[in-house]
Amino acid sequence: MNTDRKAAVAGIHEYPLRVAPGVSAMEIKAESVRRALEDAGLEWSDVDGLYDANDGEGGGGLGLAAYLGIKPTVMNTTQVGGSSYEFHAAHALRDIAAGKCNVAISSYGSVAASQRVAIGTGGRGGGGSWQQNMEVPYGSTLISNYAMVAHRHMHDYGTTSEQLAGISVSTRRHAMRNPDAVKAMTDLQFVGVNEISVEDVLDSRIVADPLHLLECCMISDGGGAMVIVSPEVARDIKKKPVWIIGSGEATKSRENGGDITTSAAAQSGPIAFGEAGVSPDEIDIAMIYDSFTITVAVMLEDLGFCPKGQAGELVAGGRLAFDNADAPFALNTDGGGLSSNHPGMRGLFLMLESVRQLRGESTSQREGAKLAVAHGNGGLLGGTHTGGTVILAAD
Amino acid sequence: MPKRPQPKFPEPMTQPFWDAAKEGKLTYQTCDDCKEVVFTPRKHCTACGSISLTWQESKGEGTVYTYSVVRQNRMPAFVELGAYSVAYVDLDEGFRIFTGVVGVENPVEDIKIGMRVKVEFEKQDEGEYPIPVFRPI
Repeated sequence: MNTDRKAAVAGIHEYPLRVAPGVSAMEIKAESVRRALEDAGLEWSDVDGLYDANDGEGGGGLGLAAYLGIKPTVMNTTQVGGSSYEFHAAHALRDIAAGKCNVAISSYGSVAASQRVAIGTGGRGGGGSWQQNMEVPYGSTLISNYAMVAHRHMHDYGTTSEQLAGISVSTRRHAMRNPDAVKAMTDLQFVGVNEISVEDVLDSRIVADPLHLLECCMISDGGGAMVIVSPEVARDIKKKPVWIIGSGEATKSRENGGDITTSAAAQSGPIAFGEAGVSPDEIDIAMIYDSFTITVAVMLEDLGFCPKGQAGELVAGGRLAFDNADAPFALNTDGGGLSSNHPGMRGLFLMLESVRQLRGESTSQREGAKLAVAHGNGGLLGGTHTGGTVILAAD
Repeated sequence: MPKRPQPKFPEPMTQPFWDAAKEGKLTYQTCDDCKEVVFTPRKHCTACGSISLTWQESKGEGTVYTYSVVRQNRMPAFVELGAYSVAYVDLDEGFRIFTGVVGVENPVEDIKIGMRVKVEFEKQDEGEYPIPVFRPI
């Protein structure tokens, strides 16, 4: 294992509300930064690195530092959709290791639910760009793009909806143990705020074949922040540091004759695991972007948790639960995008729950968790997308 | 079929493709230097970076690579349509197009991966670009 200690996540905060009418995204970001610094025992004035995905009203490189009232010496506005925060972690580590900053923040805020943004079913509107002009006439939705990946996966490997439903089952089980997730489902008026079975998933309506409603993430408000610091700063923080020991980045787009069932994770995963000097069978916690069940299945395979095409068996029946000693690792223990929160770019929450697990603070704590992987996905799995993999370790 | 959204112009990459569609032709590009098939349309070869590309006309026959049937789309043009398909079709010349499969009674049951299909140009309003879609052969 990579024992270099170059940067650690020192403070985190997840904005608790998933329906926050009258609140702005920028307000969520600033509040989350304040609370994450407090979690680390650091001051507002300690921040010298700003990482941002250009979210919020007038945020980004030209707006966030001004809004917060800070003067960072490093600014990085990598925006790669839902994977932005894994990229931020990787870039913060590099900048800290290079001596460019010591206390880096990355924050997220969104009021997608309160603004009634139809992320998955709003259609790929617009037109007028080289990509949109080839797609808008057909009525593609974000969900149907992922659904096309699912269909091909089923065709090539015999994966079934029943198997994929296992992801929804274990994720909901974790959500029911997380009070914020329970409140989220209640506030968003889920039909049945309770544990679910494979049959419940299969009985829910199909949004885009073959994906059922209970295989799709929610649309919520929300946000959060993380503070990433140098080893010197990490010595004096309030909580135990969670070290970033490996990272990988990748992008993949639709290719003539290409395999739609293989994602960018097939590139970013081996790079991250190689740098971390660990293998997937050593991982205790997998935080995988669950926009849809198929997203998780494809990425578990591409990250090397099972051979290509066998994720269906790996997740079947909801076996990747936090308390299943027979499961090789626990999956999405916060309740995921499926059942806890999905304001549009979930990558930050993958980092936050990984940190909670490695600190021993999760509401579905995996006993003895020492190693976690967070894999974020940005864009469209069946089209242009990005993958960011981060390996985290506790001392 | 309600009125489909149209491509918007000016947009120099895709204009020739849509102009050809008005003449009932499905077109793609090949690289003069390395022979790579280039699609969707652009101004350079994605394999070698050459800007020497030639437009080709496809025979319009191919295979369904994958598909989905959309049950819910909040865009006005599609909201009242009911279930309809979106698909990737692999043309025999080696390019993959995002499109829809039409001409089946029940898209959920009747569309299959690997199914052979042929292009047709769905007429829109007067003066608008016809939309290339695919029908089982």
